[in-house]
Amino acid sequence: MWLDLGLIVGKIAVAFTGIITGAFVLTWAERKQSALISDRIGANRAAILGIKLLGLINSVADAMKMVFKEDFLPPKGLRFLHAMAPVFAMFPVFMTFAVLPFGPPISIGDRIVPLQILQLDIGVLYILAFGSIAVYGVMLAGWASNNKYSLIGGMRATAQMISYELIIGLSLIGPILVYGSLDPGVMATAQNEYLWGWIPKWGIIVQPIAFLLFLPAAMAETKRAPFDLPEGESEIIGFATEYSGMRWGMFFLGEFAEIVVLAAVLATVFLGSYQVPFLFDGGEMAGLAGFHFPWGAYVPLGEWVVVALRVFSFGFKVLVLMWLQMQIRWTFPRFRYDQLMRVSWREMMPIALLNIGVTALIIRLVS
Amino acid sequence: MIEVKPVRRVELSLWQKTYYPELWKGMLVTSRHFFVNLGRHVGRSLGFKTKPARVTIMYPEERRPISPRWRGRHRLMLRPDGSPRCVACMMCETACPDLCIYITAGESPDGRVEKYPVAFEIDLLRCCFCGLCVEACPEDAIRMDTGYLELASYSRAEFYVDREFLMHGSILTTHSQYAGELDGRPAHRIDLVKLARGH
Repeated sequence: MWLDLGLIVGKIAVAFTGIITGAFVLTWAERKQSALISDRIGANRAAILGIKLLGLINSVADAMKMVFKEDFLPPKGLRFLHAMAPVFAMFPVFMTFAVLPFGPPISIGDRIVPLQILQLDIGVLYILAFGSIAVYGVMLAGWASNNKYSLIGGMRATAQMISYELIIGLSLIGPILVYGSLDPGVMATAQNEYLWGWIPKWGIIVQPIAFLLFLPAAMAETKRAPFDLPEGESEIIGFATEYSGMRWGMFFLGEFAEIVVLAAVLATVFLGSYQVPFLFDGGEMAGLAGFHFPWGAYVPLGEWVVVALRVFSFGFKVLVLMWLQMQIRWTFPRFRYDQLMRVSWREMMPIALLNIGVTALIIRLVS
Repeated sequence: MIEVKPVRRVELSLWQKTYYPELWKGMLVTSRHFFVNLGRHVGRSLGFKTKPARVTIMYPEERRPISPRWRGRHRLMLRPDGSPRCVACMMCETACPDLCIYITAGESPDGRVEKYPVAFEIDLLRCCFCGLCVEACPEDAIRMDTGYLELASYSRAEFYVDREFLMHGSILTTHSQYAGELDGRPAHRIDLVKLARGH
């Protein structure tokens, strides 16, 4: 009983630390990566006793600044909703991570502990549900600001969210059909199978079109460039105009956390989750843990080495996807709003529907 | 007869309209910059001699050479005896397109010249640094120094520079220091000038 509780608290602590660290690193990466892309240097001025840590101290300085900045509430703004909106924007993001496995099930003593906070049969639905709730924060921020432009920014965010949530849902049906389950844990396990014995049956290989649809749609959900029409930092008056200091910071911390979570969802569904190609643990290979290559080679590894490798591989995939999202953000120009809507409803949706049909047909023919 | 030049819109090919391939091409460009620069940074920090990974000039420490033709801050030239060379002819004030020069003329104590500027004030925030005042001056009394980049201050008042500042480049002197020369006229002509000029 106490052990169970301890394990759950431990897993939550690991996941929470992971997201917060990721978000913190992203605030730094956002500046440094854009600097490298445009042949600049980026943040390098803030220092503690002359130590700059490649500009990481700038993130600390930013946080300090935001904490001590004036917390502004517009006259006739709704105090409670104005204060709660950033919380509504951040909370669902952290909740989403609960159903994602960040490592394989491990056996401690005689019990098997999955490295997944919540084993939920409807895990994917849970992710989609919390993904859609996240926009409440933005909408409430616009509403509580007593500023019609902020409200319009919130409305834009809502319309965009509905359009792209649709694509996310439809593009995830393909992988669901392939794996036959809504539980990300089961999806992760299923991705250690191999097509013709040697091609890893990862989501990106069996469902490439779904991946190409899911990536931009999910990026649109994070409200970042090229889909940053709700906020549009300097040019468009967005939902967060009436926010200052740490409340504004929470919106953007939430946005960065969303990037981490999104990378984790992508890795789980499309990039083999924690799986490393041809790496098996003892349970799957009759006690012979290690690399089993299809041409017969076998590299024996300890049971715990396999676990460590798998957790590391998940972290690595998440990092690579975070990098990819940043790179996309600093490469592409923003959509116009009508283009944004057209891409979703008239171009991505038919492809998504077609993908589902073809996938269902192939699965029917194969089985 | 107006000549009409039809502007032809570039039609995208189907390949470009599918969006994805062109996007990945763009990603290749930025990724190349990213990795090449990252490699150079890492190489430098490990002590290898690589090309610099940046085009940034680290401003307060590194400075770009300033062109000798650069028009920086104004300066009022002096005669050997230390009095301003300016004869308060108002040419610069007239030539100024921003109307940012305010001169109050007074009778010169020196018998060889008729007038001298009792007050010579420039509102640097209005100034567009066009150099027309320098061109207009018949006495070569006003010049613009090269080499001045940092025209920064914490208050608007400090950009309203007076005669002493323009002559000696020193910190702002208050009007009271030479108020005695003003001979009963208001030290701040600015409001009157503004009224007269209708702005």
